[in-house]
Parts: sequence; C-alpha cells; structure tokens
Amino acid sequence: MLKIENLQVKAGDKQILKGLNLEVKAGEVHAIMGPNGSGKSTLVQVLAGREGYEVTGGTATYNGKDLLAMAPEERAREGVFLAFQYPVEIPGVNNVYLLKAGLNAIRKHRGEAEVDAFEFLSLVREKMKLMQMDESFLNRGVNEGFSGGEKKRNEILQMAVLEPALALLDETDSGLDIDALRVVANGVNSLRRQDRAILMVTHYQRLLDYIEPDRVHVLSGGQILKSGDKSLALELEKRGYDWIRQGAAAA
Amino acid sequence: MSSNPQTDPALEALVGQKYRHGFVTDIESDTVPPGLDEDVIRLISRKKSEPEFMLEWRLKSFRHWLTMREPHWAHLRVAPIDYQGISYYSAPKSKANAPKSIEEVDPKLLETYDKLGIPLHERARLAGVAVDAVFDSVSVATTFKERLAKAGVIFCSFSEAVRNHPELIERYLGSVVAYTDNFFATLNSAVFSDGSFVYVPKGVRCPMELSTYFRINAANTGQFERTLIVADEGSYVSYLEGCTAPMRDENQLHAAVVELVALDNAQIKYSTVQNWYPGDEQGRGGIYNFVTKRGECRGANSKISWTQVETGSAITWKYPSCILTGENSVGEFYSVAVTNNYQQADTGTKMIHIGRNTRSTIVSKGISAGHAQNSYRGLVKILPSATNARNFTQCDSLLMGDQCGAHTFPYMEVRTPTASVEHEATTSKIGDDQLFYCLSRGISEEDAVNMIVNGFCKAVFKELPMEFAVEAQNLLAVSLEGAVG
Repeated sequence: MLKIENLQVKAGDKQILKGLNLEVKAGEVHAIMGPNGSGKSTLVQVLAGREGYEVTGGTATYNGKDLLAMAPEERAREGVFLAFQYPVEIPGVNNVYLLKAGLNAIRKHRGEAEVDAFEFLSLVREKMKLMQMDESFLNRGVNEGFSGGEKKRNEILQMAVLEPALALLDETDSGLDIDALRVVANGVNSLRRQDRAILMVTHYQRLLDYIEPDRVHVLSGGQILKSGDKSLALELEKRGYDWIRQGAAAA
Repeated sequence: MSSNPQTDPALEALVGQKYRHGFVTDIESDTVPPGLDEDVIRLISRKKSEPEFMLEWRLKSFRHWLTMREPHWAHLRVAPIDYQGISYYSAPKSKANAPKSIEEVDPKLLETYDKLGIPLHERARLAGVAVDAVFDSVSVATTFKERLAKAGVIFCSFSEAVRNHPELIERYLGSVVAYTDNFFATLNSAVFSDGSFVYVPKGVRCPMELSTYFRINAANTGQFERTLIVADEGSYVSYLEGCTAPMRDENQLHAAVVELVALDNAQIKYSTVQNWYPGDEQGRGGIYNFVTKRGECRGANSKISWTQVETGSAITWKYPSCILTGENSVGEFYSVAVTNNYQQADTGTKMIHIGRNTRSTIVSKGISAGHAQNSYRGLVKILPSATNARNFTQCDSLLMGDQCGAHTFPYMEVRTPTASVEHEATTSKIGDDQLFYCLSRGISEEDAVNMIVNGFCKAVFKELPMEFAVEAQNLLAVSLEGAVG
C-alpha cells in the first residue's frame, strides 16, 4: 500500500530524512520509534503533504501512485489520514461541520453521494460512543478549549468517520493518562482491518501494549536503522537507542 | 508546496473575484452641475419642496462647514477631494413627480434592484421585510407602507418625512449628531438629499424588519443620505441597510449621517451590510465612505445595537457610536471589516457612558488581505455620573499574506472608580496550521479559508437578522474567498 524508497527531506537548511526506506502493506500496523529529533514527525507530515519541507530525493508510492506529487487534500480524498500530534484550534468553526465537509469531499471524490445532516449525525453519534465522547462535542468549535486528551480522542473520532485506507498517527499517545490512552487505543484497534494500514509514530513502548504492531522500526539520524517485530520495542524499552546507533556506526 | 500566501492559488482566485454589483443603469437623470454654494443648497431644498426650517438648517450647516477643515487624524491615505467637482444632486428623471406606488416606479429601476437581489415588489420573495430603496439622491420606493401604518409605524423616505411629519423631523433632526459635529456630518447636513425615516410609536414592536438599500449610480455624484430612527417608549425596531455602487475609475464620495434615538425601554437594532465598490486590484476607483453614525439611549433601560459587515469601499471611515444617557441603558457594537487589495478601513465605535449602570459591549473583527490596511479605533468614555458602568471590548485582527496591516487604537477615559472596563485584543495570521488541518481532512483550500474566516466572524454574524446573515457570509466569500487561516 505504501512504499517509501530512499526518501530524503530537508527542512530549511537541515537534512532531516537521509534515505529512508519503508514498506507498509494493507492490513498491517507499523510502529516507528526513535529518539527526539530523529525525523519521526517529519516523515508523517511529509506523507500527509505539510508545507515547509523540501523533498530532495527518493519516492513515496501509495497504491501505485506518486504520493508526493499530490496536493494534501487529494491525499486525504485518496484515503490518507493524519492524526495530529498537536491538533490546532479553529475558533468558531463547528467541530462536526468540519468533519462533515471533509467526509463529503472524500465521498464526492469517490463518486459517492454526499451524506445529509441526519445520516451524518447518526454516524457521528455512533462513533462518538466508541470514543466515549459526550454530546457536547457536537456543538463545540474545532478543538476549541479541548483538553489534550479530548483533542486526541477527537482525532481518532475523525479517523473513525473518514475511514481512511492509510492512517498516520503522530504521537497519538503523548499527553494521555492511562484511561484516555485505553480509550484511544480501543478506538484505533476497532479500526484495524484487512484493507487498512496504520503507521504510528511513538516515543513509548506503553502505546504498543495496547495497539500491538506487526512491525517495529527504529528511526534515528534520518534513517531506519533496525526493524523487527513487537519484541524489538520491548528491547528498546530495556536498552534505549544507543546500542542500535552504535551498531549502525560500526557497520 | 509554497508556504507564501501571496502566491496561494486559492487566495489569488478569491482576490480575483469580480465585484458583482458593478453595473451601471442607463437611466435618464436629473443631475445638477458640479459645485457647491448656497444656490445649490437652495436648489436642492426647492426640488424637495422643503419647509423653511429645513432650508435654514441646511444653510446654517453650510456656513459652518465653510469654517471647517477635512479631518486627517485617521490611519488613512486619502487622495485630495475636490468638493467643487462633485454634483450634489442626482435623481432618476420620472415622468411625473415622485412615484405614488411600486407600479409607477420606472421599470429600469426595478430591474436594477432585481439585479441586486432586492425585489421591490411586495409579493416578492423577501416578504416580511419592508424595503426603502434610495437610488442616487432620492428614494424610489418604500414597500409595505400600509401594513406598517396599521401598526402605527412610520417608514418612509426622508423627503417625505420632512413634508408629512415636519414636527418629528424638527424635534429630532440633529439631536444626536449636531450640524456642527464634524466636517463630513456638517457637509451632509447642508446637502443631504434623501434617506430613510422611521418612527415607532410607544409600546409598538415593529412587525417586520425594515431595510434600506442605497445605490449610487450616476457618475461624479456624491451620495449624502440621512437616516433618522426614533423608537418611542417601550418600542422595538430592527433595521438593515445595504449599499452597492457601479465600478468607476474615479473615487466617489459617500458621506452619510445616521441618527438613532431610543426613549425609555426602547430597543433599536441597526445592521449594515456595506458593499460599496471597493476599487480595482490596483486601487483605482472605489467609494470614499465617510459616515457618521450615532445613537443615543436617551431613555432608561433602552438599548441600541449596531452590527456592521463592511466589505466594500476604497476607504471606510466610520464609528457607529452610542451615547448611553439613560440609566441602565445598553450599547452594543459588533463589526466585521474586510479589506483587500488597496482598501483602507479606519473603523470602530465610541461608547459614551453618562447614565448609571450603563453597559456596553464591543466586538470587532478586522480581516486584511492584499495590500490593505485595517484599523480599529474605539473610545470608551465613562463620565463621573456613570456609576457602576461596565464595558467589555474584544478586537481581533486576522491577516492574510504579508503585505497588509492591522492596527488597533483603543482609547479609554474612565472617570468613576466604580466602573469596570475590559479590553481583549488579538492579532493572528491566517494560520498555515489551520489551513493544513482542513486540507488534511479532504477539504479544498477555498472552502477551508471560507470556513476559517466565517468561524472568525461568527460572534458578529450571529447578531445579524437571519435573513441577512447568509447574505453577509456570501459577501465575505466574494471579498476574500479562501484567504483566512
């Protein structure tokens, strides 16, 4: 579904990704771990089409298409979703209104009929139950005055409604207490499907206790230095990142 | 993947949108030659068959105006105005005198208002809203007169009011905005041609929204209309004005005066959707909108609420204000001012607290794009007599691109220790983060900008009468589509 080859990305004068390779197949959940500043967030932001980065080499192919050539809204309509690490507040814009506009833009792109207000509301209510969000979310502005945990829940609510083929989760666990983490993880797990891939970026093994990955990658210095199954995450928890970095330097 | 909003294609498309009301109606006009002296004022007064007191007032104003100087304290660049180069009166030539009913109005004029989306026929879609239409210098039609008369409400052109209700005019004209008030108001007092008059009697809730549509059509003319609304004790009225003008390369002067008087327990809600021609992308042409609007809460427990959506004009200079004389009276000002290309706006309000327990609220939203300059200028003045007065002010500015400017000039004079005054101000750039968030949900850039701008203005739009909130949103889309973030 997603194939990244030798991806090189600059932000300003700084080379952040230095030849990254990664392949994610439909039905798989991949976790990318790594120390601060290793380029984890840059990777998902570039995949979603954020401005301010310069791709200096390599490719990212999504379902056979050149992902990097597509405008951000095109990527979303083709089924790419980014759950933000820091979801932005948009004052005065209704949370649900934005979500409905997004869903209808995606449906239109697929040649499907737009959903009306009633259908949409019942869909959102159902998903809100899943995320244990109360009705007041329907009337609030986008992330306006949301706590950190509410913002993260709202991201996964959006994912549940938009039903992407490829979900990119950027530190979805950061800032969550254990109860909120469980709710968010349950939400993500309920969205695991054979035709959907999930790529999550995280600092902590803790998230992987709840969302079990098929593959774990260590991103450091702009490259994937090591890949393995979920046991790699446990080993990282125990030993940190230095042994991998040293191993890479020695190689 | 450019991050520079200046080259943003959606913004370009938005900015590139053409002014939709820029057509000219080819209609025979009775226009006096340019120039201003006492003879011109006598001529205007004669054409309107005015009583003597009116002419005297005009002449008194004119003589005072000759001693005044154009104000230049606002944050505006204004090309010199040749007051002798303007024609001070232009009226569509009608076969007889004034039309007696809609059926007698020149069909071309009706067509003009249809094009503007203001059907004047009483059976038309906008049922429930009474309309007074002012074309250049004269009022061409007022709808729903009879139904309003049944409720005791007087809603007519200013000229008619001068002829038919001279006692009300004499009593209230200039009682809020004195003829000596300021350069433009004084000029208006001398030469004003028409406008609307509303009187709502004691205890009457006006049964429908009242509105006036102003249209400048003739070239080289100024428009100087005057509106006077009097809400007698315990009455309520909601009034809306809309304005458009053709696209012309030269600037045209619009200097209006609006006076509101609210007596005991009365409420006036005054909404404006101002869409005068703003000039082209290079800043050529457009209306100079120099307007004095002021309301006095003369009675106890009265309330005056101004809501304005200002998207047009090359230059806007206006400060709809409230004088809170009556005890417990309330003044409100809700404003969205949008400037694009080379438009300039210096707008805000004055809240003058005189009575005890008076309260005022100011919510101002300024949006700048292109090379535009947008200033909020507001005065909150609390006199020693206004014990326990309260004010809340919120001014937010939104910038699109890096060539425009937003400025805030808040003035506060508080002369009583029991008063409480709060001021909040923010300036933000249309956020790349907000825009990207919307895009990443599949929403187009244009829709995203619209959504964000409308969200920014929501606190003001919700104050508009339902019928016009949609119009205001559409106007905003035309003026800025996709430019906020």
